[in-house]
Amino acid sequence: MIKRMFIFIILALLAIIFFNLASNYSESSSLSKLGHYYVEKGPQEIGAPNLVTAIVVTYRGLDTLGEVTVLFISAAGVGLLLRRTRRRPPDEPTQHQQSQKQRSKKIISTHKAASEIVETATELLLPMIILFGIYVFMNGHLSPGGGFQGGAIIASGTMFLLLALPESHLSRLMIAITESLSGFSYVVVGVLGVMLAGGFLDNRFMSLGTYGELFSAGAIPLIYTFVGLKVGFELSAVLDRFRQEDNSEDSGSV
Amino acid sequence: MNILNDFPISLIVLCSGFALMLLGLWGMLTQRNIIRIIIGFSLMDTGIHMVMVSIGYVTGGTAPIINDAVPMNDAVNMVVDPVPSALVLTAIVIGLGVTAVMLSFAVRIHKTHKTLMIDKLTESKW
Repeated sequence: MIKRMFIFIILALLAIIFFNLASNYSESSSLSKLGHYYVEKGPQEIGAPNLVTAIVVTYRGLDTLGEVTVLFISAAGVGLLLRRTRRRPPDEPTQHQQSQKQRSKKIISTHKAASEIVETATELLLPMIILFGIYVFMNGHLSPGGGFQGGAIIASGTMFLLLALPESHLSRLMIAITESLSGFSYVVVGVLGVMLAGGFLDNRFMSLGTYGELFSAGAIPLIYTFVGLKVGFELSAVLDRFRQEDNSEDSGSV
Repeated sequence: MNILNDFPISLIVLCSGFALMLLGLWGMLTQRNIIRIIIGFSLMDTGIHMVMVSIGYVTGGTAPIINDAVPMNDAVNMVVDPVPSALVLTAIVIGLGVTAVMLSFAVRIHKTHKTLMIDKLTESKW
């Protein structure tokens, strides 16, 4: 009861704070100084029409590197928490139990075969979803979208694959190599910015190109491609971990 | 129209964000099921994102992307603040990572204790 009272009091106090904040709120009619600077100077300095991308990739590029690192650590944490435990349970299963287990495993592996329609639709749709993800992260400097959004779309393609064809196997080595290589290349591009241009993750060591073209805005398409690949494969690995957890739960501790 | 002028769109988004934050915090504090606590966290996260986006809104502003409709030399008067949008992008990704780790903890707890109710996880109490 006292606990409930505490929770109620805390929420009421927070509600009062929020109410005061909201009642004193007035919609701003002009940009903040920082936003004004970015909007005014961004297109010329960075060459990217999408100003959010200009901020995320270059002006606040270090934050984005940190963000990618946080995502990497969380993916690693999921992998650590959901790893298969190799050691056997202390009570060795008897012959009878084992055969039962095998039988139940057989049932699980056979009763969920996807129908022909699902399989064909997956083969047709999956390349398009992946292609759309690539389009979104390649055009991150021109239109709404970017590395994280494109990566999320690629991961949704993986989700689709895992739902439609549960038997499909993702190569964990391939995922790890692609992810590490793109993360490494991201940092290398950042360091190239230090050596050839103004600072870490400066995109101007490559020519800015024609404003509004696909290959423009210096290194932004390159950086967002690496970010998109990294995020896409990382989230795919997380999904794969959860899927395998599900399978091992079903068929006992194999 | 008059009512819309009294309550600008960003104020509505701000209040919804605050409401979601309170709701999520309430869920995190009162629920005993781990999955529900995680849902509460997600609600609070979404509320925070909405508050941040609404703070960046400028009256009549459009998306901060320069194109034919938003010419470069007049963009300063036409777009919303891009800084909170960029921050929210970061916050969404980090929220996703945190949620994934929490869910895998939940899977792990369910595997070892066969329960998701935090009242039954008594071994770590001191």
